[in-house]
Amino acid sequence: MKSTNHPAVRRATRARYAITAALAAAFSALLVLPTQAAGIDETINSITAPAAVWFGRVVFFRIPIFGANLPLVVLWLIAGAVYFTWYMRFVNLRGFRHAIELARGDYADPKSAGEVSHFQALATAVSGTVGIGNIGGVAVAVTVGGPGATFWLILAGFLGMSTKFVECTLGVKYRNENPDGSVSGGPMYYLRKGFDDRGMTQFGKYIGGFYAIGIFVGALGIGNMFQSNQAYVQLNHVAGGALDGLGWLVGLILAGVVFSFIVGGIKSIAKVTEKVVPFMAVFYCVFAIIVILLNYASIPAAIGNIFTGAFTGEGVAGGALGAMIIGFQRAVFSNEAGIGSASIAHSAVRTDEPVTEGYVSLLEPFIDTIVICTITALVIGTSQVAQPGFAGDATGVAMTSLAFERQFSWFPYPLALAAVLFAFSTMIAWSYYGLKGWSYLFGESPRMQTTYKVIFCAFVALGCMVQLGPLLDISDAFVFLICVPNILGLYFLAPIVKAEMDDYTRRLNSGEIKRFKNA
Amino acid sequence: MKKSILLAVDGSSGGGKALRHVLNTIDAETVKIVLAYVIEWSPYTFNTPEENAERHKRRESEISRAKAGVVAPAKAELEAKGFNVSAVVRHGPPAETLINLAHEHKVAEITIGRRGQSGIKSLLFGSVAGSLMQTSYIPVTVVP
Repeated sequence: MKSTNHPAVRRATRARYAITAALAAAFSALLVLPTQAAGIDETINSITAPAAVWFGRVVFFRIPIFGANLPLVVLWLIAGAVYFTWYMRFVNLRGFRHAIELARGDYADPKSAGEVSHFQALATAVSGTVGIGNIGGVAVAVTVGGPGATFWLILAGFLGMSTKFVECTLGVKYRNENPDGSVSGGPMYYLRKGFDDRGMTQFGKYIGGFYAIGIFVGALGIGNMFQSNQAYVQLNHVAGGALDGLGWLVGLILAGVVFSFIVGGIKSIAKVTEKVVPFMAVFYCVFAIIVILLNYASIPAAIGNIFTGAFTGEGVAGGALGAMIIGFQRAVFSNEAGIGSASIAHSAVRTDEPVTEGYVSLLEPFIDTIVICTITALVIGTSQVAQPGFAGDATGVAMTSLAFERQFSWFPYPLALAAVLFAFSTMIAWSYYGLKGWSYLFGESPRMQTTYKVIFCAFVALGCMVQLGPLLDISDAFVFLICVPNILGLYFLAPIVKAEMDDYTRRLNSGEIKRFKNA
Repeated sequence: MKKSILLAVDGSSGGGKALRHVLNTIDAETVKIVLAYVIEWSPYTFNTPEENAERHKRRESEISRAKAGVVAPAKAELEAKGFNVSAVVRHGPPAETLINLAHEHKVAEITIGRRGQSGIKSLLFGSVAGSLMQTSYIPVTVVP
C-alpha cells in the first residue's frame, strides 16, 4: 500500500469522496425514476427519436439493387476489406501461420518478458469483440437472411482479417507513449499523425477529432447501454419474467459493479471476469459442437443449405443478394473490422515491429466470426433441419437458447450467465475505448477521466431502464459513421503498412528476425 | 577460468537461505556468481485494456523494486566477501526462466532455496525447486 499522507493522495481521496457523494445523489435520483419511468422514457424518446431517425437514415442510407436494399456504409466496409485483401496480397491467408507463431510467443525475446505480449493484446481485443452478437446476432442473420447468410458471414470475416491487419499495424505504429510510460493508441492517433506524415496536417486533425467523438458516443451505446440492456433481457428471460419492471434495479446493480471497477479501482471483479470469459467462450463452443454432433444426421443438409442458400437466396427478401448483405452486415457488427475500435486495444502491445501486431490481429475476426459465429450458425442450422420451426417466433439470443435446449434442457442458465459476463467484459473494453476517445479530446487529466467514467456508469443504469430504440440508433449510426473516416485513412496509409510488411517479411525470410522458441 | 554458479533469490526466506549457503560454504576465489531474480509472469494471461496500457510502467517498477530491495543488498553482501557477481532480473515462469538464464550465462550449477510449502500447497501451486530438479540439465543445489 502507498502512504496516504502525501498531500496529492489526500487531495485525490477527497476528490474521490466528492465524486462518490455526487454519484450517490445521482443514483438516489435514479431510484425515484421507476415511478416516473414511463414519463422519462417518453421524454427521452420524444427528444431523440426525430434526430435518430434522420441520422440513421443518413448513415444507413440504402441503395436498392435488384430488389435488395444495400446500406452504403456496409458497401464501404466491404469495398475496403476486398481492397486491403488484394493490396496486401492475401495477408489473411499468407500471414495466418506467422500470426499463430507470434501469438504463441515464438519470436518473443525473453529479455523483454514482462511487457504486454502479443497473446495478451489479442486476448483483450477478442474479449471486446466476442459478445452477445456471437450468440444472438447470428440467429438474427439466419432468421432474416436464411442459412445462406452464414456463407457470406464467413467470407466477410475472412476479408475483414485484412482490414484488421492494416488498422492494428497503424495503431501500434502511431500510438502515443505518455510521459508516465503508459500508452494511448487507436485510429484518432493514426489518423492525425498518419495524415500529418503525408502532408495533410489539418485534415488529419479534423478526422482524428471526429473519430474520437464517434468512439466516445459509440462507447455509450453499443459498448454500454446495448450490453446492459441485453444482459437484463436475458436474465429476465431465464427468471421467467420475474424481473419485469425491475430494469432500474438490475441497471443500478450493474452500474454499481462497473462503477466499483472503473472509478473505484476495485480491479478484482474485472480481473475475475477477464479470466472467466475465455472459459465461458470455450465452454460455449464445446457445447455448441456437442449439439452439432448430436444433430449429426442433419449436418450434411445444414451445410448444403448454407451453400445453396448463399447463391439462390431461397425465401429471402432480395434473394442471394439479400442473404449476402445480411451476412456481411452481421459480420461487421460482430468483428468490428473497419471500425477501428480493436486497434485501441492492440496498440498496448510492446514491440519494435508494428506489423507483428497486425499479423496477430488477423486472428481476431477469425476467432470471432469464422469460428464462433459459424458454430452458432451450425447449431441453429442443424436444429432447423432436424425440426423445422423449432424456435417458433423466437429470434436473437432466445432462438439460439432454444436450439441448445433441444439437447440440453438446462442450457439457458449457463447461457444467461455467459451473456451477463460477455456483456460485462464488452462494457469494460468499450469503457476504455471511449475513455481514449474522450482523453484524446479533453486531455489525460485525472479529473476529466473521472468525469467520463461517471457518465459511463450512468449510461449503464440507463441502458436497463429506457427503451433503447432511438438512443441506440444514434449510437449505432455513430459507430458506423466512424468507419467512414477510418477506412478513408486506411486507404491513404496502406502504402506505409505495405512497406513495413514487405521490409519485415524480407528480414523474416533472411533470418534477420530471430526466433526464440520452437525453432 | 572460474566456474559460475547461478544463485536464485526472490526476497523470501528461502532465497535468503540460499544466499547464506553460498556465503558460508563457497570460496569466493573459486567461483563467479550470477545472481538471478525471476519475477513470476506469464505471457498467456487475460488482462483488461487498462492493465495492458499500464503494463510497461508496472514492469519498470517491478524490476526496480526487485533490484533495490533484494538484488542490490545480496550483491553487496557477496561482493563484501570477495565474490565476483553479475546480477540479472527477468520476468517469466520461474523454473523455465532460471534454466534459460543458466544456459545464457553458461553456469555450471544452480543454487536455490526451498520455500518449504506443505504437501497440498506444493501440489496445487507446484514448487520452483521441485520443477527445477526435474527439468534442469545441470546440477541443482536445493537449500532447505
